[in-house]
Amino acid sequence: MTVKVLFFAKLREKMGFKEVDIELAQSVTLEQFEALLTAQYPPFADLPQPVLVSVNQEFAQPDQWISVGDEVAFFPPVTGG
Amino acid sequence: MSAICRVDIAILNESFSAADLDQRYSALGLNAGAAGSVVTFIGQVRESGDRPDVTGLVLEHYAGMTENVLQQHVAEACARWELLGIVIVHRVGEMHLGENIVGVVVASAHRQAAFDAVQYLMDFLKNDAPFWKQEVTRNGAEWVEQKKTDLDKAKRW
Repeated sequence: MTVKVLFFAKLREKMGFKEVDIELAQSVTLEQFEALLTAQYPPFADLPQPVLVSVNQEFAQPDQWISVGDEVAFFPPVTGG
Repeated sequence: MSAICRVDIAILNESFSAADLDQRYSALGLNAGAAGSVVTFIGQVRESGDRPDVTGLVLEHYAGMTENVLQQHVAEACARWELLGIVIVHRVGEMHLGENIVGVVVASAHRQAAFDAVQYLMDFLKNDAPFWKQEVTRNGAEWVEQKKTDLDKAKRW
C-alpha cells in the first residue's frame, strides 16, 4: 500500500536520494501528500522553487489526488533541447 | 491528425550523427515523391552556455514521461499541420563539445509546414519535456536554469 516517489536533477541532489516508497492508508490531496513527505523527510520543505509535480507521468492538476499505487515525481523546470 | 504522419521518437545514451537521423527518416518508409520538403534541426553542445568555458554536458531525463510528453507534442503537430513524417532524437548522459544533443526532422508536402512544425516541436520540447542539463566546466558541474526567453517562444503557438 505505497506510493512511489521520484526526485530528479537538483531536487534529487537536495533530497539525497532518487526514489522512496511512502506508505498511504487512503487517498489524499497533493497538498496533504506533500505535508506527509515533509514530516518524514524534512529537506522536502526546503526544495528550491518552483517545484514541478507529475502523477503517473502526467503533469499534476491543481486539485490532484494521490492514491495507493501512484507514481509521483518532483522536479525542477526542464532544460532539454 | 493527418492519416499518414509517421513518427520515430528516440532517447539515446550514445552519440548520434546527421546520417543516423537520415537513416531513421528513411526507415519511416514514406512513399517516394510524397514529401516535397524535409527540414532538419540539430542542437549541439556549445562552449558558451550559462557560463563560459563549458567542456561538456550531462543530461538527465524521466524515462517514460519524457517519451509521453514528446509523443503528445508530436500528435499535436500532426493535427495542426499536414505532415508526413517526424523524427525526434534526444541524447541523455554525458556529452562533449560539438556533439549532437537533439535532432528533429519533419517532412511535409510544402516547406512552410515543415519549418513551422520543427520550431513548434523544439519550443515545446524546451518548455515541458522532462530533461535536465548540467554544464560541465573545469570548476565542476552546474545545473542549467530554465530561460524565460525559451518559455516565451512557446507562447507564439
